[in-house]
Amino acid sequence: MPDIRNLYQKLIVDHYRNPRNFRDLPDANRRAEGHNSLCGDKLSVHLIIKNHIFEEISFNGSGCAIFVASASMMTEVTKGKSVQEALAISKRFRQIVGDSSESTPEGIEMGDLKAFSGVRGYPARVKCALLPWETLLAALERQSPVASRQSTVQ
Amino acid sequence: MQPPHLLQGNGIMKTQENRKSMQPSYSYEVQKIRKDFPIFAYPVKNKTLNYLDNAATTQKPQAVIDAVTGYYTRECASIHRGIYSLSERATELYETSRVKAQHFIHAASCREIVFVSGATEGINLVAQTYGKMHVGPDDEILVSAMEHHSNIVPWQMLCQEKGARLRYIPMNPDGEIVLEQYERLINARTRLVAITHVSNVMGTINPLREIIRMAHGKNVPVLVDGAQAVQHMPVDVSDLDCDFYVFSGHKMYGPTGIGVLYGKESLLEDMPPYQGGGDMIRSVTFEKTVYGLPPYKFEAGTPNIAGGIGLGAAMDYLRFLGLENIAKHEMELTDYATQRLLSLDALRLFGMAQEKTAVLSFTLGDIHPHDIGTILDQEGIAIRTGQHCAQPVMDFFGIPATARISFGLYNTKEEIDAAIEALEKVQEVFR
Repeated sequence: MPDIRNLYQKLIVDHYRNPRNFRDLPDANRRAEGHNSLCGDKLSVHLIIKNHIFEEISFNGSGCAIFVASASMMTEVTKGKSVQEALAISKRFRQIVGDSSESTPEGIEMGDLKAFSGVRGYPARVKCALLPWETLLAALERQSPVASRQSTVQ
Repeated sequence: MQPPHLLQGNGIMKTQENRKSMQPSYSYEVQKIRKDFPIFAYPVKNKTLNYLDNAATTQKPQAVIDAVTGYYTRECASIHRGIYSLSERATELYETSRVKAQHFIHAASCREIVFVSGATEGINLVAQTYGKMHVGPDDEILVSAMEHHSNIVPWQMLCQEKGARLRYIPMNPDGEIVLEQYERLINARTRLVAITHVSNVMGTINPLREIIRMAHGKNVPVLVDGAQAVQHMPVDVSDLDCDFYVFSGHKMYGPTGIGVLYGKESLLEDMPPYQGGGDMIRSVTFEKTVYGLPPYKFEAGTPNIAGGIGLGAAMDYLRFLGLENIAKHEMELTDYATQRLLSLDALRLFGMAQEKTAVLSFTLGDIHPHDIGTILDQEGIAIRTGQHCAQPVMDFFGIPATARISFGLYNTKEEIDAAIEALEKVQEVFR
């Protein structure tokens, strides 16, 4: 049985309590919204992309710890990266949480996101971790709003 | 009269014998009763299942499982049609369940018992038949602020179609209906009051007698959603004088996909049919069942026969245990859990009605209910988290979601202790 601390690592709780880059971005040139109607998780992701670089990234929203921590770390890890790098990180993140077996190149810097490896043992929570990333992809593709893939109407 | 397979549950019969011999000091032998439920033999996360989500659905006693498999094993035939003995036997079992349902809620006649798929279909049936017939432009339907979506959406759909208006009966911060305001809301345009008997979020038991009396004083009929009531307390629709009463089988230890719509016979007679199909006409074969049009005109197509038979077994089971005994046991659990929950730091309980039972919704500081649910699951504890299909209740309290503990007849104080311990673990993880 996986210890619950594998899922709720201190780092994740810390990002939940003190989300980074948690603000609006009035000058954003990309935005998207995502929600999961099962648990009420919702967020908006704001981006300033210049010359294919994430110059600024922030988010607003509310939800469970896995979700908020995922969004918070996503902004930290992708800030300053190129769009291509961010996409690679997103792919790698899917692998970490056990949602994809697609191979990704070695050497992608994942930073704190490695803390999400514990989500693998909790299939019901994978969607919480992924929604911020799906919303980020939608912002890049200018599709909004995003509903979590596995969200269910209550 | 009594189908033999309903008498097989060993724990039940012993309990009943004990009850007879020990009266009046009957003790509720919960450990013995738990043995009637095979699911508790199957561990979750290597622990005995601690099932505290009974407002969502209940576990099934062996007697219900046996009744359903018994039908498929020994009595499987279509009903109301065949003149062969197998069909007659199936028909008898199914129709006996209707009589059991009649007695279970004290209806005047079994013609007032319409089998539906559940409370939701019962409400939709009334909206689409009685509602379509009686609700017109600028008319009003009253629902309460604590309704489940299933007692809001069918009326919204009807109001939209008819240009009518859906109005809300307010509740106070304790989660109780404000009767004075309710009475003022009933006017000459009110066509129906639709209200829950027990709140699925807060456990509030609504003062139905008052509510129905006030409505009838202005000639307004009342539909009661009993989905959270019939498993917790004796219900007497004749005494309540409600016009419609709906409930689901699966929330009262019966199978899924079966439920009951009770309607006063005079109302059912005047209502147009719900769906078209076979079996809407009079039965011609069975000596005991010379019926008028209701309830059959509302039961098109081959019904959920196994479900109906299983529901009958569930009603037998509850009757054997005694709903008064169950109510007493669950009230003790509710009081105990309330006291223990309130001892936790930063715990906020929603719904503090004077009259309430079996359902407790809460938040724990800034910890999201979904995270609470996941951590409790690791301990084999099943609770519900989210909006409980009652978004207006969440909006009323200004919260996105709650965690909810809801009791059934097999729960114990030890299970509550385990849940409290797990909630302390949640606090520790988030410290």
